[in-house]
Order: sequence, then structure tokens, then C-alpha cells
Amino acid sequence: MKKYWQSIEAYNSLKNNHEIAEDKVSEFSVEGMSEEEKKGETSRRDFLKMLGFTVGGAIVAASCETPVRKAIPYLNQPQEITPGVANYYASTFFDGNDYCSILVKTREGRPIKIEGNELSPISKGGTSARVQASILNLYDNNRLKGPTINRESIDWNTLDTQITEKLQLLAIQNKEIVLLTSTIISPSTKKMINDFLNTYPTAQWITHDAISYNAIRKAHETQFNQAVIPSYDFSKAALVVGFNADFLGTWLSPVEFAKQYSAARKLLNGEKTMLRHIQYETTLTITGGSADERTPIKSSQEKTILLNLFSTLSNSLKGTVYSLSDSSVNVTALANELLENKGQSIVVSGSNDIETQLIVNAINNILGNYGSTLDLAHPSQLKQGNDEAMISLMERMKNGSVGGIIHYNTNPAYNYPEAKKYIDGLDKIELSISFAESMDETAMLCQYVAPDNNYLESWNDAEPKIGFYSMTQPTIKNIFDTRQAQDSLLKWMGATQNYQRFIEKYWEENLFNKQSTHLIFKSFWNQSVHDGIFVSEEKLSANYSFNEAALKATEVSTKKGLELFLYEKAGIGSGNFANNPWLQELPDPISMASWDNYLCISPSLSKQLGLSTEDVVSINNKFEMPVLVQPGLQKDTVAVALGYGRTSAGKVGNQLGTNFYPFIQIKNDLRKTFGSNVNIEKLEGKTYPLALTQTHNTMEGRSLVRETTLDKFTKDPASGNEQHALDAAKDATLYTKPEFTGFRWGMAINLSACIGCGNCVMSCQAENNVAVIGKKEVRNRRIMHWIRIDRYYSEESDNPSVVHQPVMCQHCDNAPCENVCPVAATPHSGEGLNQMIYNRCIGTRYCMNNCPYRVRRFNWFEFANNNDYDYNMNNDVGKLVLNPDVVVRSRGVVEKCSLCVQRIQEKKLLAKKENRQVMDGEIKMACQASCPTDAITFGNMLDPKSEISKVNKNPRNYHLLEHVHTLPSTSYITKIRNKKS
Amino acid sequence: MYKKQVRGVLVEGNKTYGQITRDITTTLYAKTPLWWYIASSISSIAIIVGIWAVYTTISVGIGTWGVNNNVAWGWGIINFVWWIGIGHAGTAFSIFLLILRQKWRTSINRAAEAMTVVAVICAGMFPMLHMGRIWDAFFILPYWNTRGPLWVNFNSPLFWDVVAISTYLMASAVFWYIGMIPDFATIRDNTTSVVKKRIYGFFSFGWIGSARGWLRFEAVSLLLGGLTAPLVVAVHSIVSMDFATSIMPGWHTTIFPPYFVVGAIFSGFGMVLTLMIIVRKVFKFQDYLTQSHFDAIARILTFISLIMATAYTTELFMAWYSGAEYEMFTFMRNRVTGEYTMAFWTMITCNAIIPQLFWFKRIRKNITIVFIISIFINIGMWFERYVIVVTSLSKDFLPSSWATYSPTSVEVGIFIGTLGIFTLGILMFFRYLPMMAISEIKGILKKTSK
Repeated sequence: MKKYWQSIEAYNSLKNNHEIAEDKVSEFSVEGMSEEEKKGETSRRDFLKMLGFTVGGAIVAASCETPVRKAIPYLNQPQEITPGVANYYASTFFDGNDYCSILVKTREGRPIKIEGNELSPISKGGTSARVQASILNLYDNNRLKGPTINRESIDWNTLDTQITEKLQLLAIQNKEIVLLTSTIISPSTKKMINDFLNTYPTAQWITHDAISYNAIRKAHETQFNQAVIPSYDFSKAALVVGFNADFLGTWLSPVEFAKQYSAARKLLNGEKTMLRHIQYETTLTITGGSADERTPIKSSQEKTILLNLFSTLSNSLKGTVYSLSDSSVNVTALANELLENKGQSIVVSGSNDIETQLIVNAINNILGNYGSTLDLAHPSQLKQGNDEAMISLMERMKNGSVGGIIHYNTNPAYNYPEAKKYIDGLDKIELSISFAESMDETAMLCQYVAPDNNYLESWNDAEPKIGFYSMTQPTIKNIFDTRQAQDSLLKWMGATQNYQRFIEKYWEENLFNKQSTHLIFKSFWNQSVHDGIFVSEEKLSANYSFNEAALKATEVSTKKGLELFLYEKAGIGSGNFANNPWLQELPDPISMASWDNYLCISPSLSKQLGLSTEDVVSINNKFEMPVLVQPGLQKDTVAVALGYGRTSAGKVGNQLGTNFYPFIQIKNDLRKTFGSNVNIEKLEGKTYPLALTQTHNTMEGRSLVRETTLDKFTKDPASGNEQHALDAAKDATLYTKPEFTGFRWGMAINLSACIGCGNCVMSCQAENNVAVIGKKEVRNRRIMHWIRIDRYYSEESDNPSVVHQPVMCQHCDNAPCENVCPVAATPHSGEGLNQMIYNRCIGTRYCMNNCPYRVRRFNWFEFANNNDYDYNMNNDVGKLVLNPDVVVRSRGVVEKCSLCVQRIQEKKLLAKKENRQVMDGEIKMACQASCPTDAITFGNMLDPKSEISKVNKNPRNYHLLEHVHTLPSTSYITKIRNKKS
Repeated sequence: MYKKQVRGVLVEGNKTYGQITRDITTTLYAKTPLWWYIASSISSIAIIVGIWAVYTTISVGIGTWGVNNNVAWGWGIINFVWWIGIGHAGTAFSIFLLILRQKWRTSINRAAEAMTVVAVICAGMFPMLHMGRIWDAFFILPYWNTRGPLWVNFNSPLFWDVVAISTYLMASAVFWYIGMIPDFATIRDNTTSVVKKRIYGFFSFGWIGSARGWLRFEAVSLLLGGLTAPLVVAVHSIVSMDFATSIMPGWHTTIFPPYFVVGAIFSGFGMVLTLMIIVRKVFKFQDYLTQSHFDAIARILTFISLIMATAYTTELFMAWYSGAEYEMFTFMRNRVTGEYTMAFWTMITCNAIIPQLFWFKRIRKNITIVFIISIFINIGMWFERYVIVVTSLSKDFLPSSWATYSPTSVEVGIFIGTLGIFTLGILMFFRYLPMMAISEIKGILKKTSK
């Protein structure tokens, strides 16, 4: 290239440089170089060296390649799916026990989270722990992948042909075909079953519930001539008296009751009265824990106490008086209180004893509760199980008169008390079919298994109460080669239409005329599917007369020895979800134990027998079981949870705990969860590890959960919260307080509302991809839950007062965890969030030590893709449940509640896109959204009009450990009990 | 006029300079004794156990330890602080006694410094192994980066630890090495082995023993001593701040820095005592490690033990006097009484009570008893760290989170491994380096020998 010069100097220097360049002197020494090297040429040696290096390098680089994970784009993108944006579909959860109207959140076509459907007048947007966890059942790799015959897979056509042939043959032979189902609340399914019964005239439909509520129906049949369970309305009641009915945890319709109950007990908007709750129960439940007064009773004495109560009431109201032996507890005060609240009280009993239920009905009747708090016009459709029919079925099976049996959503080989007899009877049946989703105990014994879809893959409807309808729609195409049970039945009765069409037709014929909003059916149908809810406009009135004479009560024969009381746990329930690791790991809200059932014994009995928690006893000299000392348990009773000891639930649920269904007693044609007696004997020196998540039970006099009574509260709203003012007066700091602009997120938890049910724990687990760690690690106190519910006992150990306190990261403005992290992996955001940067964390765990709330969790192991933790994060199907907005944490990093930052971000972006402010209440935390008691408030604390700002101004508001001066963004609201002084 | 002899005779046996050189360097030329092989083998086995434990920790996870969500620190940190404490002896010995012109240090300081270097290496391993993601350990260094740049958190005591410990390790190693230069030269000049001549010759940096050389040597020693003295105080003060700057009851106290420094010197001197008694016995150095040496150390230990007792009492008093309910609980119901009583009273007995026996001259003179007491001090100081780390974490603010902690075989294995590294390091030192400062002993020979 030609060079141009600008001045003479430049020209000279250019020229000189040129000369120097021409004077070829090597820059480096050439001494020792070969001739080729001196010339700058490549020798053969160098060439080989370079070749070796290149090839070697290429090999090394190539072998370091990370495994390729393919993301396949849509060939034709569905119109309704925007990648990264969630779609919600209204649906209904019903597993044979609990009903709940839900919204299913789907991302890129897969359901990942369940929220409550706020349109439902029954569940009102609440869910339960089991509903939240049910999403994981969909991705259970243990589900059947296709139909089987004698446990070998076949195709659906062969199955259909064979079964239809056999059914027709049985019908011709005039042999009985039994359709054994759980409670069915779907009107369409009921219609379809009727059609089935018409097609096969020898068919019989029998309903079997794992835990029977048959006595309530029977009692109503005797006294009101209607075999129903009334619908209870706690919101209309001023006084609730429960007898062994855990209506907030497991009894009948806990989500519905918790919504009504908590709404009447929050006292946030200047109310001066609150629902009063008195509980008589055998073992401590969350319902008893929430009660204002609780009395431990022997379950066998329940009837005597109730009859004495009835007689006292009846005596005051000049009615018939019955007499049995005296009640073990004084009921005069209770009777007076009930009389004060005539027509606005509810008395419920969880007993499956007909006489007990007759007395309960008589009490409710004499108090005038029917028609006000108890509704017979819209009776509950739940729990239709018929014990008598089951007993006679057992007889017929024994005789060999049953030719075929079809099991739908029922597992009697596990949960029928005389399972052995049932299994023997099943042997004699020619055709046995199960619709089980996985190879459960009954399906194992059936010839044909025609696996049902998960409810999230199904069309269905539900009528939990007469006149209230709820819709189930599929949110994903069936993952495995399964088919909805209703479709199978339709096939086998020769129908050509599918079940979806069937429902549509049913709604058109039967429900369309019960409304006036829509003129065309299609619009009614679309609206119903969209809302998931339909309430009939038909006015129903209860037409009943009470038959007083039907009341009868016989003396209870008292047996010596320890009474056994069987109960359900809030998480595991009847055991149908035993293979769900989330539910197994959910600590029981009262005992704080997970992954097991155990023999609960009272503190006084433990002293008497020298037993402590984790000791092992032998029961009736037959089998062994660990012991858990349960304060509040009646002292002559031992209690065990049902739903454990599954043998064919799946790899998670098998062989956990002991099956206690065989201890259910069949008396007077009813199955009772109490009444059998057991002998226990201590096995010296033998212990069994229990996975408890909390081992210290009292608050040690620390002001953690602040409590007051209604009387004191009405005099001074800040009562019980005196410490708050004292601490505020001492509040001093050398540092400037952090200031925020725009947003400052805060949360408040109303301890008066919280019942400790565990829904928030499950909801958080689903939302935030929280790992399951298994029993051993839970016992090592390493549970990963981002939100935990602390449970404290106070007062005497025989009947303690119980409080629950949900604790998650408090997002302190003066966070002790933040300044100790050496790598700044946990900084404070400009919106007041305490953030956790996983990628930066090196795992010194200093932050965990310095957190006074102990909410930080460490990934002690790799919990995903690790065969040692073979739960949902270790298989490709199970991983589909993961929320794509939340990263799965790797080994060695700390994690904790993020205040659902992904939810905040989503709504902030939405508001930005729509060019508006974020509205108050628009962002909901996972724990908050589906809380059945609406205990949690969340919002922007800088907005003076927001709900959270109002709640924070409430004199009941305080921070946990506020004297430590961590300045948390999360606050608590004092608990109020309606105690009579 | 009668002149009271303050210090006893420091070099016995009426040695000449040549004798001293010969005495101390004999071990270097002699055939390696059998016991050395045996001891080294045992140490190596311990190291292999440690390697297994470290491998398990790194490949499986911290979950293999006994720590949990509530007691997130355990043996890892206890042993870290314990080793750091032991690592205080050498530098404290050399430097404080150098500054205080205590002549008797000369026959001990070399070994004590060697001990320091090895102990600090052992200590330094724990914070690393204790990390959840050791492969990202470099995040803790403040290096210029493309992440923003993203700096470390200069407020975190763990970062101060990194700085303090690495500085301390380097300073003590340099101090130790420079002290050895004249002795290396001596060996170079005396040895007949060509290999040794070359190696020691290399490390002696061409030392010829000129007056100018000695002048500079003395100046550098003093300068380094002056620089390292504050470090001794700083390192353990900073380690104590890992606890003191937190908010945990039982940790959040202002007494911690002096209390930790004194505690560290206490444990360091205890370990020096243990070691020197063994050296004296094994290498028959009775002439150089005399009764009066042990007498001097024992007196110091008595004094420090009293300081420790004062610190313990002050902590208890402050817990009561402050009226803070969590402090009260931690001290009175979780240390003095409660589940961890055994650890607490072991600590008190070993650190505050047993060393008081040194008030009696007869006990100070009995080397066996002195040896046993020195072991008690080592145990007591380990338990002190155990009490601090575990009791405060196990029962803190919310009773719902109270949990217990017990170590697993992996944690114990790592500790055994560091014990192996320590003993093997010391054995190597015995075998290949002059274990007493020959030149310095010669310097005090005239005034204090008999």
C-alpha cells in the first residue's frame, strides 16, 4: 500500500523505518535453530507435533460435550398456547372422599399447579393439602401404562371384546354383576351407571367408602325419612359443638367448613362477635386445636355424653328425657350455651354409630338448627357408602353367587376391615375388573385392569350438594395408554358416544332448564365449562318431619383395657394417595411426624408404661409399632392413623407404617373407627426412628404466637400484643432505615384464621419445585419445605392449648443473613425482598446459622436426578410437574421462600404491558392463593390503600422476634379465642 | 550481693558451640529410626481416612455430615477454630517472647513455628471442605471479573477470615523459613552427603555467616516479628467475629475477640507443651529443653487459664445481667445445665480448673503430670469450640426449630485426616529440618548455661 506523508518529519521517519525494516535482523536469537526454523518453515517434526496437538485437542474438546436435551418446537402451534404464559382451566377435584372446585394452571400444555376456584359457592377458592398434592398423582410413573389381563398388557380392543362377551354371558346366565364404586357425586356418571344397570339387568351398584359415614344417612332416614347427609353452614352458626368430628381437617368437607369457620373467626373488620367452638374429641386434631374449649373424651363415651346433653336440653325445653349412665363430663354449661344459641348452633359427631347420630339429630332438631344451620334441602352428596350393602356383598361373594365385579375408584382389598375375606371371595368370581390408575391391592387380584385416566385427563361433572354443579375438564391428553372408566363402561354397554358427549347430553336434558341466563344450550355449556361452576336456579325447600320416637339409646358396655381410636391424617387421609411423596413428607399438623403412622399414647399413659416417643410396643402380641406421645389424647385411649401399611401403592408408598383398617369394627351393620380394644406391651430397648420435623413442643414462655380472648379483645384490640408497643418504644438503631420507592412487598398472617391444615406447605412445594428428601433426611432435620407450620402446645399436657404458626422467610429489611454471606449471594432487592442467588451461593451456610427464624434450607445432596432420592425429580414423567418459572436447585446451595418472586414478576410485567399500575390483590402468593382460611394477606406496603397496609395498621399486628430488630416484612396477627372466663 | 535467679538454666551440660551443632543436627544425619517409620505410617493411614472422608464429602455432599437445617455448622467449624488456635502457639511464642526478650524461647520457637504452619494448613482446609460447592470456592476471592464486576461481601466475617488466615499463613511460614536460613547453612557446611549439601545449600540462600548477613538477619527477624505480632491478635479476633457479629444467643458478645485470642494462645501453648515433652523424651534433648522451660510455660498457662476462667464467668454474668432471655437460656439452660452439660463442664474443668495445679512447684517439676495436663488443655479447648458452635445453634430463638447435632463418621474422618497431616508434617520436620534454632541457642549459651 502506498503511504502518504503529512510533513517532512513524517516523511523522514517513514523513510528511516522503511530502511530499518529492510535491514532484516531477527527479533529473537536464532542460535540452536534448525535451518527450516530459521527460515520460518515447518519441519516434518513440527507438522507432526501440530497435528498431534490439534487432533488431541479436538478429541478432548469433543468428549467434554454435555448431553443434548432436545426441546422440540410445535409443528403447529395451538392457538391458545403462548410459550411462557400459563393457561388456567376450571375443573373439579374429587377422589371419592373430598370435593373441591379448582383451577388448573397449565404451561405449554401440561398442568403444573392447582388453585382454588373462587366461583364455587362451596369451596370458595380454597383447597386442601391433598388437592394441592393431587397434581403429582398425574405424573406418577407408577401409574398403569395400559390395560392388562392377569397383569400382562393387552390392547384396548381385545380387552373390550373379551369383557363385553363375558358380561353378556353373565347376564345370560343370570349371574350377578357387581359394580363396586366409591361415592360418586357426578350426576352424569350416575345416569350412566343406571344405563349400565339397565343394559345388564343382573348388575348391582354398591358404593363403598374407605371411611364410612353411613350412620348419618341412616339416622336421617330413621328420623327424617330421607337418607341424606345435611349440608352444614358454619357461617350461620354462633356456636359449634363437635364430637370427634375433625371438620377442619378430614371430616366430610373440610375446605368448605374451614372457609366458613375462619371467616367467622377473623375479627379483622371491627366485628364484635365471633363463632364459638367447643370440641369434644379423643385424639388431638387441628379442629380440636382450633377450638375455644376442648375436652378429651373416650370415644365410647361419646354417646352417653350426647344423650345426657340431649336430656338436659330436652328437660329445659320440656321434652322427653332419656337416661343412661351419667356422662363423664358435665354438660350443663354446654346445654345452657346451646340454649342461648338456639337456631344458630351446630352439633356434629364424627361417629359412625347410628344411635349417636340419632341423638345428634335430636339435639340439632330440638335446638331448631334444621332449616337454619343444617340444610336438608340441599343435602351433601358426599359419602354415600352403604355398609350394609357391603356386608351382604361379602356374603354373596362367599357363597359364590357373584359372577362379575367391576371396581371403580375403590380398593377394598386394602381398606375393607375384612380384607382377607374379600380377597377370598374375589377368588370365586369369574370376572373381576378394576379401573385402578395404578396396580393397587385390589387391582392386583383382578383379571382385567382397565386403567382409568387421572382426573386431570378426564371429563366429568360433580354435584357435591344438590343444586350445586361443578365441571371437570381434561387439562392434558392422557399421558399413558389409559381410558376414562366411564368411557370403558359406555363401550361395554355398547354405547357409541363417548363420555364427553354423554355429559353434554345430560346437562342439556337435565340442567339447561334449571337456569335462565342462557337461551341456547351451547352457550350455557361453554359458560359452565369455562366457569367450572353452575348453581341451579331451582328453589328447593326441605320438606321434612321429625320422628321423635325413633330416638333410642342403649347402654354402652364398658370393656377393660385400652380403647383404640382410628383417625385420618390431613395429608394421607384414607390412604388412596399413599404413593404421593409430597403428602408422605407433609408433617402431620399436630404430631409433626411424616412418612409413618404410629401409636399415639397420652402423656399419662406414657408415664405409666414408661414409654417415650420412638419406643416400640407390641400390639396384641401380634405386631410391633413405634409410639408417639401425643398430648391431648384421652388417657385411656390409644390412637393410630389409617391410610398406611399399603402393600401395592407404588415404590414411595409401599410398606410405610401399618395398616389399621383390619381394626375397624363392624357393629350393627356399620363400620366403626373406634371400639376395639388393644393390649400394648413395651419392647424393652427397641426403638424405631420417626421423622419428626419439630421436637420441642412449647414456646418456652417466649412471645412468639400472641394470643388473647374475645373479652379482652373487645376491651382492648391490642390485648395480647402488649409486647409490640414495648418493643416499638425501644426501637433504636445507628443505621438509616432502608427506603423504598414504588413497591415494598409485605405479608401478614392471621393466626386467628390459621388452622394449620398444611395446604400452604403443599401449594408452595408445587409452585417452587421444592424437593422431597425422604424419611431419613427428614429425621435428620433437613426438610426442604419453604414454609413450615410450627405447632406449639401450652398449658397442661393432658389437654394442651394448640397454636399453629406458619413460618417462612420473613424478608427482613435488616436481614441478619444478608451481611454474613461472604459472596453476597443473598442481597436485598429494591422492593424489600430478601433474594437468594443460587448461582452465586457457595454453601457456607453462615446465613442459615444467622437466621433467627431458621427458614433457610440447604441442598444437602443432589435431590434431582439422584437414585438415592427416587421421587418425582428422578424420572422424566415426574419432572413434568416442575414449574418452569422456578429453577431446580443443585447440591450445595441454600434456598428459601422467595415470596414467589416469579408471581410478582409475572403480574408486574402484565401491568407494564397493559400500561397500568399493579392492582392491589392482583399478585397472590402460592401459599395465600388457595388458603382455605384466607389467613394470608400480601401486597404493597407503600400503597396506603392496600389490604396489607390496612392489616399492618391493625393493633393486633406484630412481627415475629421483633426485639431482635430484623425488621421483617412479614407480620402476624394475634390469635383470638372465644373463651368464657 | 545476692542476685535472685529469675530464670533457671536454659542449656545444661556445659556445651560448647560445636557440641550444640552436633547435638541438634545428629538426627538429620542419623539413620531414620524405626519409630519414625511406624509413626509416619500411622499418620499416613489417618490421612487416607481423611482422603476418603473428603472424597465422600465432595462427591456426595455435605449431607454426609451430621449438620442439619438448624445446626448448620458442626465439627467442620469446631475443628477449624481448634486448629487455628493451635496455630497460634508458634508465632505467639517466637514473636511475643522475641519482643519481650525472653531468652528461653530459643530452644522451643522453631518447633512451635513448624507446628503453627502445619496447624494453619490443617485449619485452612476446613472452611473449604465445609462449603457446599467447593468447586466455586474461588468466588470468595475479590478478583476483577466480568460479572458486573461482582465483588465479595466485604462486610462478611468469613471474607475477613480468608484474608486473615492466608496472610497469617504466609507470614508465619516466611518467619519460620527465614529463621532457619543460618541453620541450613550450618548443615550445608557440615554434611557429607552431596545431595543434602545441594538441597540445604539451595535453601540456605548462600548464607556465609558474615557480620553484614547477621545484621540483616536480625533486622528482618525483628521486622517480621513486629508485622506478625498484630496478625496473631487479628487472626483469632477475626475468627471470633464469625460468631460475635452474628445474632445468635451465646455468639453475639463483645468479649469474643480477646477471649478467643487468649483461648488460642492457651491451646497453642498447651500443644507446644505436649509436643516439646515428646521431643525431649524421644530425642533426649534434656539439655536444651530443661525443667525451667516447662516451668516457664506452665506459669504462663496458669495465668492464661485464669483469664479463661474470668472470660467464662463474665459470659455467664453478662447473660444474667443483660436480662436477655435468649442469652439466659443458652447459657443457663443449654450449657450450665441441659443437654450439653457434659461438654460445658468438661470445658470448665479442663481449661479453668485443672491448669490451676500449676500453682504447685512440685507439679510443674513433674514432666509426666505436666504432659497429662497439657493433653487436658487440648481436650478442654476442643470442647470450648464445641460448646460455642453447637449449643448456640441447637437451641436458638424459635423452639420449633430446636434440633440436636451429632457428627457422622465422615466428619470424624476429616478430623482424623487433619490429625494425620499434622503429625506427618511434624514428623517430616523432625526428620529433615533442624528442630531447634541452633544459632539462637548459641546466642544465649554464655549467659544461661551450666
